[in-house]
Amino acid sequence: MAAAAPPARPGAATDCFHCGLPVPPGTSFGFEADGQRRAFCCAGCEAVSRAISGGGLDDYYRLREAAAPRPARSEDCDELRLYDEPALQQRFARDAGAGEREASILVDGMRCTACAWLVEQVAARVPGVTSATAHFGSRRALVRWNPAATRLSEVLAAIRSFGYPAWPFEAGRLAALEAKERRTMLRRLWVAGLGMMQVMMYAVPSYIAGSGDIAPDIQRLLDWAGLTLTLPVLAYSGWPFFAGAWRSLANRALGMDVPVALGIAASFAASAVATVRGSGPVYFDSITMFVFLLTAGRYLEHLARARAGLGLRRLERYVPQAAQRLRDGNGLEAETVPAALLAPGDRVRVRSGDALPADGVLEGEEAWLNESLLTGESAALRRGRGEALLGGSVNAGSAFVMRVERVGSESTLATIERLMERALAERPRWVELAQRASSLFVAGVLVAALLAGLAWLTIDPARAPWIAISVLIVTCPCALSLAAPAAMTVALGEMARFGFVVSRGHAIEALAAATDVVFDKTGTLTLGRPRVLEVLPLGQVAAADALAIAAAIASGSNHPLDRALAEAGAGLRRPAIDSHCSHPGSGEEARIAGRRHRIGQASFCAALHGLASPIAWLHTADTVVWLADDAGWIAAFRIGDAVRPEAGRVVARLRELGLGVHLLTGDEARVAHRVAAELGIERVRSCASPEGKQDYVRALQREGRRVAMVGDGVNDAPVLGLADVSVAMGHGADLAQVRADAVLASGSLDDLVRAVDLARRTRAVLRQNLAWALAYNAVVLPLAFLGLVTPLAAGVGMASSSLAVVANALRLRARDRS
Amino acid sequence: MDILYLLIPLSVVLALLIGAAFWLAVDGGQFDDLDRPALDVVIDDDRPPPERDEVREADRAAG
Repeated sequence: MAAAAPPARPGAATDCFHCGLPVPPGTSFGFEADGQRRAFCCAGCEAVSRAISGGGLDDYYRLREAAAPRPARSEDCDELRLYDEPALQQRFARDAGAGEREASILVDGMRCTACAWLVEQVAARVPGVTSATAHFGSRRALVRWNPAATRLSEVLAAIRSFGYPAWPFEAGRLAALEAKERRTMLRRLWVAGLGMMQVMMYAVPSYIAGSGDIAPDIQRLLDWAGLTLTLPVLAYSGWPFFAGAWRSLANRALGMDVPVALGIAASFAASAVATVRGSGPVYFDSITMFVFLLTAGRYLEHLARARAGLGLRRLERYVPQAAQRLRDGNGLEAETVPAALLAPGDRVRVRSGDALPADGVLEGEEAWLNESLLTGESAALRRGRGEALLGGSVNAGSAFVMRVERVGSESTLATIERLMERALAERPRWVELAQRASSLFVAGVLVAALLAGLAWLTIDPARAPWIAISVLIVTCPCALSLAAPAAMTVALGEMARFGFVVSRGHAIEALAAATDVVFDKTGTLTLGRPRVLEVLPLGQVAAADALAIAAAIASGSNHPLDRALAEAGAGLRRPAIDSHCSHPGSGEEARIAGRRHRIGQASFCAALHGLASPIAWLHTADTVVWLADDAGWIAAFRIGDAVRPEAGRVVARLRELGLGVHLLTGDEARVAHRVAAELGIERVRSCASPEGKQDYVRALQREGRRVAMVGDGVNDAPVLGLADVSVAMGHGADLAQVRADAVLASGSLDDLVRAVDLARRTRAVLRQNLAWALAYNAVVLPLAFLGLVTPLAAGVGMASSSLAVVANALRLRARDRS
Repeated sequence: MDILYLLIPLSVVLALLIGAAFWLAVDGGQFDDLDRPALDVVIDDDRPPPERDEVREADRAAG
């Protein structure tokens, strides 16, 4: 098997000191700290790292075990304000006494315990916060604040500014149940472990002593002591097995619990009778050890499930939908309010790309809406003035104004919530499969034990019950049932550590079996925001100086193209600007050193000097922005969606792993082919409709290929559902993440390669474990049949085979831990 | 060997006591977070963040 992908090690020469992603060549973000230069990949990482250093929080870098999440661009503060609405706070905050409020916060992006510490420190330093605790395992933080001194939105903004997306979280009944279950399981494990150790103490003397060495009354005392301590182990730790066996028998099914319950109950009854009568063998040590090992297996399984559930927990975060309500009159001034507070008759502005907050009618001339969430129809539909609009559909055209008609649970918006609930309720496929298979297995075990008992009844009636019990215990699928959860727990934990969050159990198996990786959307391979790709000087000014001028003019504006220019020129010395004005729709104008400069569309710039526009990049699909002063052209900038820095490496690595790489996109051919050519992807399908994408995936599947799909958008939801395994990018639309089997929360494609590699190793370990468990059973069963295995030996054998399985699974983790 | 008549029952009682102590510890939340406490030991928290000091001093001045 190939070696693991190069881990994004923090602090390496070419990697970002903060987030571990490679530093793009030609950038110069960085500063000196502790006599060492820290290089960063972007201004965001640098800012966060400066804040960490400046706040005396450098311990974080010393203690962390994984690179930090890359900080996202600053969010709309207006939307965070929604969390301050008292009407909404009822759902997630409560009074903590002494005039303070308390809320649970779901924090995404925590990679290790040092992250949890950092989040705590950051939250606690917001003036007005009285206490803050963060927990890495459950990804939650508990914050208590004084409403007179601060607002919840400021705490959230502070945590977010360090690169951890944070939402209030409805700590509902589910969370309380979960905590209770975890404590109960831990207690059961402990009681069984303690009982096992102590009962073994009472059993050992009789194993090592010769016959007659122990006085009979001491032996009886030891037996009684064993019985006393076995009782709580059986009654408390073993309770779930009896309950499970009873449940499955009541449902006329045979679960794994049936032979277990039968085995421990029968051996306990026989041992108890022997103890009371003072003659015959006792096997309390085997019983307690057996219960302990099974409980340990259950605990591991529980951990695996809890880890897998972390991905789904994203759904519990409470995101109120925001709406832009217009103030009275015909003005276009809008305020941000929670969608839940809208009333019929309100007028709402819907920006391009936003979802409609409620059902209503269109007030503008026309609107293009994407209703794929609600109807599955993915093409944008046109709606005219006065036509009905469905809440939850997405504005695919330009901004418009609508009048609200229906709100709340009666509106279509509630549909989305129902969709999400359905996603949560879905049961992992492998759980059902395992249950069906185990039913057959258990029937076989019971028949085998019965046969052994009957056979020995004719040979030696006194030994018959013990041999039947030995067969029951020895064939108990303990190692078998541990094999999968142990490997899964370790794999899920490792994946979560590097930012690959699995939300469906079958994702690991399917990822290991995948033969083709289909990148759905160009946006998966690109950064998804414009960047300056090329600078073409047109006059005497050098490219770098032209970029500096452009950056200086653009830096005041929020337009995406201007932001790209400002970012590209961030490290350069910019000329001073005397005056500045913007012409929406065409460009920006500024006076620099007494001369008028314009940046924007060609015709807008040409109006300044009257010269014909030069020819540049006629065939590009990217946007061209021009720069000119009153004497003539200065430069042209080609701005487009840049390929992720790690994408080329990732495609090459996936190929090495024997996977076919495809690009399947709805974008136009020129863009798709430029990206594909840059990355070396040969199989490209561009301009694909969602139906076309599904056909493409189906055609691959008909050839017997297993498809892993990587996507990021809402339109991708149907095709993500069709693929054998689907991975959504961490910053994609929420609904895509709900439908996906796994979420690439780190946002780095490198982790996809690591996940595939780890999934394959997990599959190998799983197969070894199953082979080992089956081989063990195959060897020991005949011996038990022949009466050569006492219940104790059966217990020891089972224990060691279980331990071997767990140890083998643990091999998965040490590998790429630095 | 008569002492065994005392020691063996005593060991049973001891095991039950340990179990009870652990039970209380779990209910007290001591096992809820198994990662953080290990980290708390190595973090220097003898440098209080400046903002908090100011707050405390302001409180003192007011009170």
